[in-house]
Amino acid sequence: MNFTLKIWRQEGPQDEGRMETYPVTGISDEMSFLEMMDVLNDQLIRDGKDPVAFDHDCREGICGMCSMFINGEAHGPNRKTTTCQLHMRSFKDGETIYIEPWRAAAFPVVKDLAVDRSAFDRIIQAGGYVSVNSSGNPLDGNAIPIPKHDADDAFNAATCIGCGACVATCKNASAMLFASAKVSQLALLPQGQPERMSRVQRMVDQMDKEGFGNCTNTGACEVECPKGISLDNIARMNRDYLKSQVTGE
Amino acid sequence: MTEMPDHSVALDAKIPEGPLADKWTHHKNNIRLVNPANKRLIDVIVVGTGLAGSSAAASLAEMGYNVKAFCFQDSPRRAHSIAAQGGINAAKNYQNDGDSVYRLFYDTIKGGDYRSREANVHRLAEVSTNIIDQCVAQGVPFARDYGGMLDNRSFGGVQVSRTFYAKGQTGQQLLLGAYSALSRQISKGKVTMYNRHELMDVVKVDGKARGIIARNLVTGEVERHGAHAVVLCSGGYGNVFFLSTNAMGSNVSAAWKAHRKGAYMANPSYTQIHPTCIPVSGEYQSKLTLMSESLRNDGRIWVPKHESDVEALRNGTLKPTDIAEDRRDYYLERRYPAFGNLVPRDVASRAAKERCDAGFGVNQAGEAVYLDYASAIDRYGRMEAKVQGIPAPSVEKIRELGEAAVRAKYGNLFQMYEQITADNPYKTPMRIYPAVHYTMGGLWVDYNLQTTVPGLYACGEANFSDHGANRLGASALMQGLADGYFVLPYTIGDYLADDIRTGEIPTDTPEFADAEKAVKDRVAQLLNNNGKTPVDDFHRRLGRIMWNQCGMSRNAEGLKQAIADIQALRKEFDRDVCVPGRADRYNPELDKAGRVSDLIELGELMCKDALERNESCGGHFREEYRTPDGEALRDDEGHAHVSAWAYTGVPSEAVHHKEELKFENVELKTRSYK
Repeated sequence: MNFTLKIWRQEGPQDEGRMETYPVTGISDEMSFLEMMDVLNDQLIRDGKDPVAFDHDCREGICGMCSMFINGEAHGPNRKTTTCQLHMRSFKDGETIYIEPWRAAAFPVVKDLAVDRSAFDRIIQAGGYVSVNSSGNPLDGNAIPIPKHDADDAFNAATCIGCGACVATCKNASAMLFASAKVSQLALLPQGQPERMSRVQRMVDQMDKEGFGNCTNTGACEVECPKGISLDNIARMNRDYLKSQVTGE
Repeated sequence: MTEMPDHSVALDAKIPEGPLADKWTHHKNNIRLVNPANKRLIDVIVVGTGLAGSSAAASLAEMGYNVKAFCFQDSPRRAHSIAAQGGINAAKNYQNDGDSVYRLFYDTIKGGDYRSREANVHRLAEVSTNIIDQCVAQGVPFARDYGGMLDNRSFGGVQVSRTFYAKGQTGQQLLLGAYSALSRQISKGKVTMYNRHELMDVVKVDGKARGIIARNLVTGEVERHGAHAVVLCSGGYGNVFFLSTNAMGSNVSAAWKAHRKGAYMANPSYTQIHPTCIPVSGEYQSKLTLMSESLRNDGRIWVPKHESDVEALRNGTLKPTDIAEDRRDYYLERRYPAFGNLVPRDVASRAAKERCDAGFGVNQAGEAVYLDYASAIDRYGRMEAKVQGIPAPSVEKIRELGEAAVRAKYGNLFQMYEQITADNPYKTPMRIYPAVHYTMGGLWVDYNLQTTVPGLYACGEANFSDHGANRLGASALMQGLADGYFVLPYTIGDYLADDIRTGEIPTDTPEFADAEKAVKDRVAQLLNNNGKTPVDDFHRRLGRIMWNQCGMSRNAEGLKQAIADIQALRKEFDRDVCVPGRADRYNPELDKAGRVSDLIELGELMCKDALERNESCGGHFREEYRTPDGEALRDDEGHAHVSAWAYTGVPSEAVHHKEELKFENVELKTRSYK
C-alpha cells in the first residue's frame, strides 16, 4: 500500500508549526500505524532528514503514551483502539492521511506529534489517591466485602490509560472524563470514602488551574476514548462536586 | 576506571542466620534504623517508576527520606509494569486449597529450577500477603466474586489458585495504585519527580554510589544529582532481542552503566520466553504482543496430528475448526498429564518449539500453534444454561452463553487479539508462538538488595534475585511490589544509618564533573558520527543474533559464533551509526542510540554467561545437556551457583564470580510436571 502523509512538524514549544507532506510506499496492511511511522522515519534518516518525533512505548494499547490525531480523530478512525493498535488495513490504498498532535492549551507541543501531558499528573497529585502509607499491617484484603457491581464499576473507571484523547477530542479541551474516572473509581470503593469530598474539590480545582475547559456534555470524549470510559463518571463527579460545595465538607 | 571489589567480600549474600521462616523477621528486628528527624537529612535517588520504583519511592518518602525519582517516559504511570496482564500471586489461601507461605516458597524455588536463593524466595512468599492488603487499602479494584470477596485464578507451574487479578489489566491497576501513592508524596514535596529524564551514569565517590548523571530528554540538558544512595528499578533487558513483549523504550542502560561502574551482573543469560504471544507477521514488526498466561486456565493448546492437515491449513484449504478432535495433538496434555496446559512457561515454550521444528507449525512461517477456547466456551455455556434454568439449550444458546462467560473473564485480551490479527478468537482458535518476555538475570544483589557497589541498590526485574532460572507466572508483580513496598525501605536503613551526619552530597566535585564530561562526550560522539545506518537497523540485527543463538535453545558453537558476530556488529555500530538531530532538542533517535549501544554490550555478556553454564536449567536450555526424552538436564554438582560477572572493558572477558546456592530446606529434584 502507498499513502500520502500530511504531518504536523514543530521544532519546539515556542516554534511555529506547519503541515508537511511525505509519501510512503510499500506498506503492508498488517503493519500497525506506528510501524508505518517507523518506515517513514527510517526513510527520513537515510535521506539525512529530521525524523518525526512521536510518543509511543508499550505498543499494545495500555501505557497511554501514543497520541496522534489522525484524519481529525483521536487515535484514528477505529473505536476503542489506540494509535499503536490501529492497523493499516483500516485505510485505503492511496489515501491521504492527516496526522496532528493533541491540541489543547494544557498540552503544549514538545516536538512534532509529542505533547506534554504532565497536567494530568498534577490532577492526580491533587487528590487521586487514598491516603494510606505502606505498612505491613493494613486490614486483610477480605475484611471489607465489596459488592461485585461496585468493584466492577470501579474497575471500569480505573481502566483509563491517561492518554488525553478525551481532551484532544473535546471542543472545550475539557479533562472531565479523565478526572472523573479517578474520582469515580475511589468514590465507588469503601476505601475512598473518607477523602471523597475533599478529593473531588481538589481535583476539579486543579483541572481548572491547568487551563482545561468545561464540560458541555457533547459526549465526544466517551466516543473517542480508547478504553470506553463512560460519561456516567462525569455525572458522578458533578454530583459529588455539588454535594461538596453544598455541605462544605 | 573500573574497580574490582574483592571476590569473597563482594559475593557475601548476607543471608541472616536462623531457621528459614524466621530469617526475615529476625533481620528486620535487628537491622539499624534511622530516626525520623535524621531521615529528613537523607536523600535517595530512585531510577524507574514501574511497580518496584513507584512503590519504593512512595514508601521511602512516606518514611521521611527526600526522594528524587526519575523516569524516561512522559509520566511515571507509563512504566512497562502497566502492561502486565494476568495477575499477582499471594499465599492467602482464600480458596482453601491448602496454600501456604511454604507452598508458594516451594513452588517458586521449584519453578525457578533450583537456581534461586532460599532465603530471598521465602521472604517474597512471606510478604506476598501484605501486598494484597496494601493494594486493597489503596483502592486497587481487584476482581471479586458475588459475595464481595477477592477472586483468584490459577497460573502455570502450581496446583493451587493463588493469583489475584483485575481482568487482563492487573499490572495496570497495581501500577496505578503505586503511582497514586507516589503522586501523593509528590504533592507533599517529599518526592521530586523528573519525567522524561534518562540515567546516563552512576557517580561514585570514595567507592560509594553518591548520585547520578541524568539527561533531560526534552531540553537535552545533562544534570548532576547527588544522593546518599541510589536505587535502580529500571526493569529488564528483553529488548536485547529487538522483538519482545517489552515496551519500545525498555532498556538496560541504567543497569549497564552500574555494571560498568563495578556492579556485578548476575545470570544474564536467564531469559524467559513466554509461550503465548501473537506470532511474528513480517519483517517490519516492531514488537510482539503477549496473550496472558491466564488464558491457559481455560484454553487448550494443540497442533494437527497429521502433516497433511498442516499443509492444508497453510495453503488455506482447511480451517482449524474443521479438524476433528482425533486428528488434533494436545501436546501439553499428552506430555505433561499432571499439569497439562498449565506447565511453567519454559516447558510450554520449548514444547511449542519442538512441535514447530518437527513441522507442525500452523501458519505460513511454520511458527505458530493453536490456543483453542471452543471447549471452554462449551463448558461455560452448559454451566450458565443450568444456572439460568434453561432445560434443553440449543447449541447456539450454549455458544452464546459460553462466549459471554469467556468475555467476562478475558474480554480485553480477546479484543486485543482481534485488533492485531483481524481474526475473531471466539470463533476460531488463536495462533500463538513463544516470545521473549522477561529477564530473570540482572544486577547481583545481596539479601538487602544492595549491589556490589556500596549504596547502589537494585529492585524488581532489574535485579536477579528471586526467580532463579525461570519465573513463574504472576510472580513478577509480586516481586516488584515486595521489593519496593516491604523490603528495600527497611534494608536501606541499615546502610543509611551511617549517613545521618554526612550532609547533602555536593555535586561540584571532580567525580561528578568527570562523569558529566564523559556523558557529554558520548552524546557528541554519537551525533557527529556521520554514519549512514539508522539505529534500528543495528538493533534488529542484534536481535536476530540473540534470538538464533541465545534464545529458546543454545549450544556452545552457536554462542561462540554469536560473540564474534556481536563484536563485529559493535565495531560497525561505532563506525556507521547515523544519529540525526541535535543534542539540545527532544531527539528520540539519540536516546535510542545510547540504549542500543548498551544492549549490544549486554548481548555479548549474555552469550558468555550462556556458554559458561554447561547445563540446562529453566529458561536456559543448552542442546548438549538434555535427557533422552528431550527435557532439560541440570548439573547440580557443577552449576548450583549464581554466576556474577565483573566488567573489564570487553563484555565477553568479564571476570566470573560464583555465589554457591545452599539448599537447606528443599531437596534438589529433577523438575517434573508429568
